[in-house]
Amino acid sequence: MNWSKYSAPLAFYPLAGKMIPWFSAVAALAIAVGLYIGLLVAPTDFQQGDSYRIIFVHVPAAWMSMFLYVVMAIWAGVGMGLNARLSFMMAQAIAPTGAMFTFLALLTGAMWGKPTWGAWWVWDARLTSELILLFQYAGVMLLRTSIDDLRRADRASGVLALVGVVNIPIIYFSVKWWNTLHQGASVSMTAAPKMATIMLTAMLLMTFGFWMYSIAVILSRVRCVILERESQPAWGNPSAAPEVAEAR
Amino acid sequence: MYWGSVSEFLAMGGYGLYVWTSFIATALGITWEVLALWRRRAAALADSRGIVRSIE
Repeated sequence: MNWSKYSAPLAFYPLAGKMIPWFSAVAALAIAVGLYIGLLVAPTDFQQGDSYRIIFVHVPAAWMSMFLYVVMAIWAGVGMGLNARLSFMMAQAIAPTGAMFTFLALLTGAMWGKPTWGAWWVWDARLTSELILLFQYAGVMLLRTSIDDLRRADRASGVLALVGVVNIPIIYFSVKWWNTLHQGASVSMTAAPKMATIMLTAMLLMTFGFWMYSIAVILSRVRCVILERESQPAWGNPSAAPEVAEAR
Repeated sequence: MYWGSVSEFLAMGGYGLYVWTSFIATALGITWEVLALWRRRAAALADSRGIVRSIE
């Protein structure tokens, strides 16, 4: 099978359409089971009380906010390296979902901070760098829409996305590098999780669910982007200029 | 099942406001995104002048 043919947007369009229902179904199932375990089965935390249950949406949202940014930057980089239109379309499709999860991570974090620290917001390294990530997503999206020439818009926002990757390790390691009010990682790649198994199970299920959800909505959005871009009139035709302006 | 009653579940040990705000905000975010995508898709299809039929 020749997979490279799917790098053409109009060939990828139907393939993406076939994948969306599967990712949606798996996402719905994982989130349903995750919510059931997290809200109904898992016991309360002896230190934080039931406010700890916020982590079942906070941590997955925060992970997705960082992960999606890296994936967006990779697609932008691939787009620039291979001059591939579909890669830029993927980068464009990822940004709004990443921004939403960043916003949710900040909001649910405030909901956790108020009862736990006594403050909705503090300017510690973890919170500040995550807020900067929200501005980065906004910047990448705004830069794209502010440039009329699509190819230049893709490249400019791609460069911005790639440069901004430097913030991701800063967010991730901020709780180690600085003395933050935000607690350290409960789950890391190098040590055993500092959580009860039942709580960890719920959190990982929610993360997996958010991950599958992200794939489903991003595929769905990239289909919209393909339609929007491919249905634009040809650039060479001067009589199509008003239509081009309208389509943007 | 950890909870003894529905009111106990809703109270979340006194943290109900914070816990439910978090979960409802997340649910609203997801619902909003799906609805926005649905409308965007309808608009894109309407403007696509039939290219979908030629590719699907």
